[in-house]
Amino acid sequence: MSAPIDEIAERNDPDGGPPPEGMAALVAYTRGYLARVRGGELGSIPALVGLVVITVVFAVVHQGFLSAYNIEALVIQAAPIIVMAMGLIFVLLLGEIDLSAGTTGGLCSALMAVLMLRHGVPWWLGIIVALAAGVAIGLGIGWLRARVGIPSFVITLATFLAFQGVTLILIGGQGSVNLPDNNPLIKLENNFVPIWLGWVLLAVFVLGYAAIKVNDARRRRRAGLPPVPYTVIAAKIVVLAVLGAAFTYEMGINRNLVTNAFFGSKAEGMPWVVVLLVILYVVWHFTLSRLRYGRHVYAVGGNEEASRRAGVVVNRVRISVFVIGSGMAAISGLVAASLLQSVQSNAGAGNTLLLAVGAAVIGGTSLFGGHGRIIDAVLGGLVVAVIINGMSDLIQGANSAGYEYIVTGAVLLLAAGFDAVVRRSRV
Amino acid sequence: MRGAVATGLGPTPTTEVIKQMANSPTLELRGVDKSFGPVRVLSGVRLTARPGEVTALVGDNGAGKTTLIKCIGGTYRIDAGEMLFDGAPQIVHGPRDAAALGVEIVYQDLALADNLDIVENMFLGREDITRVRTLDENSMERKARAALAALSVRTVRSVRQKVSSLSGGQRQTVAIAKAVLWQSKVVILDEPTAALGVAQTEQVLDLVRRLAGQGVAVILVSHNMNDVMQVADSIAVLFLGRMAAQVRRVDVTQTQVVELITAGRSGSLGLSPAESGATL
Repeated sequence: MSAPIDEIAERNDPDGGPPPEGMAALVAYTRGYLARVRGGELGSIPALVGLVVITVVFAVVHQGFLSAYNIEALVIQAAPIIVMAMGLIFVLLLGEIDLSAGTTGGLCSALMAVLMLRHGVPWWLGIIVALAAGVAIGLGIGWLRARVGIPSFVITLATFLAFQGVTLILIGGQGSVNLPDNNPLIKLENNFVPIWLGWVLLAVFVLGYAAIKVNDARRRRRAGLPPVPYTVIAAKIVVLAVLGAAFTYEMGINRNLVTNAFFGSKAEGMPWVVVLLVILYVVWHFTLSRLRYGRHVYAVGGNEEASRRAGVVVNRVRISVFVIGSGMAAISGLVAASLLQSVQSNAGAGNTLLLAVGAAVIGGTSLFGGHGRIIDAVLGGLVVAVIINGMSDLIQGANSAGYEYIVTGAVLLLAAGFDAVVRRSRV
Repeated sequence: MRGAVATGLGPTPTTEVIKQMANSPTLELRGVDKSFGPVRVLSGVRLTARPGEVTALVGDNGAGKTTLIKCIGGTYRIDAGEMLFDGAPQIVHGPRDAAALGVEIVYQDLALADNLDIVENMFLGREDITRVRTLDENSMERKARAALAALSVRTVRSVRQKVSSLSGGQRQTVAIAKAVLWQSKVVILDEPTAALGVAQTEQVLDLVRRLAGQGVAVILVSHNMNDVMQVADSIAVLFLGRMAAQVRRVDVTQTQVVELITAGRSGSLGLSPAESGATL
């Protein structure tokens, strides 16, 4: 039992002093943060450290790893993984698993491609149908899990196999359906935000973040609660602005080596998919951290019985996370189709799902439920993309794909082992 | 603990009588029956719980304590009999009805989510929201602090720490503070000290006393005679599904209570020899 500190009584004393200011607040905040870290709430620290370490390693051994060209490649490779991992985090928060997220994405993108190319459906309608299919699949899986009571591992193992077959039948013998060049979907991964617009979007994002954080702190102060010190908020805003500016600047460099009469186009500006990632991040982060629904997702993942007694409709929450997982898998499938400019008959099969689960776990989401944030998908997805990208440069020759699998597997095992150890220290 | 008794909740026979007359019961059960199939678990149970008092509910394993509190909490429906809240008969169809009447049950296994912090747990399922339907964290945190302060809780470092980092006693504290937060009228504590060490048991009993001090009718389910004799104002003894007796704590000795628990009667107290003997 911790030493009795009269903090609560003190704060509620109407004549008591105001919450600590300045240095005292900073010290109190830091102490609280360190206590949480010691208590096993490591947050994003391991993923960030891992990301920095492997980036440095690859940058040292491989020249040009941090070139604008390669950074862009990293981002567009990471995008489908990150999107799928964002959806999977909801599923993992409940301690469930969706093994079929990859093939769901493949199925949805195949549906879109076939509708567009063989049935003359407009591109936007194809996308809507693909998303609707993702949501419907999530509803089905969620219903089987929550109402019928089949373990999600088994349900999604079945759908993993079945959807692979459906995609194979849809795409047919040719092996792939190529999207036409004028398809707006392709622009997502292959066209770039104008440089000026990139800076404007960055400014909007940083200012919006700053406004929200400062507003939160002001409200807490007004409510008489100890707020996050302004020093900490300022530091976070500066870090965000600097990283964002570095990225936007690097993406402003022209990446086309040859610019002549035939190749007059320049490749500069960040890929459009970055904007999509930011929007999805903001939406889901907001859902998990600021809405009643998000609170209930964590609660059900932490203690289902307690949530039920508290009046949370557990089944509804359980179905909803599969809907979000499959819906995001559909978006991920579309992003992958945009990247490849085609849909293969084996779309979403193979290690697509494992990379996304790996991303979430490396980012810090627990496989045992209850712990995880959307930022985990972003950081973990980047780690996975950096490994794949770096390894493919590093190891040449016939066995390179084999080594890539081995390293990715080892990193996943490391992350899951880390999760298990941290979890033990939590309990 | 003795301090709390001395500050006016206390038990000289005259004040006892006056208090009983002034304090109409918050919860009163009359002739409650409950059967599961052919097995009669409760028969004709009477129970009163008065505001500001701790009513201990004791009985041997299988006497029907758990069934009784689940009936009060609305998990089970009673077959016959009456439940009166503040003197008015009420029909409880489910846990929500019971909660609406101000009944809060703190279960043995606590029903807290480890991965949430104290505030999040206290408001789980009943979160405050702002006009734009986002969580109103500031309002919840303020109320949680006030609830803990009302119980003079000083053992919790921060209301924003995760429940997983709390000790058993602190967890009980959070669960009990939840009752204060929601201004429950009847709080049923199921074996709150069963898993605690000596010092923490003392703290929780202290808390139980202060909870009653807030004007709540506390029903304490316990196996531990020391706890019961220390904290209760009134002791209700269940014996094989019947209410053997509900007595004032000052009127009985621990030995008498133990006899009531094990035999259903003790001298002039308890079931008639025929009733207690017939069921043996």
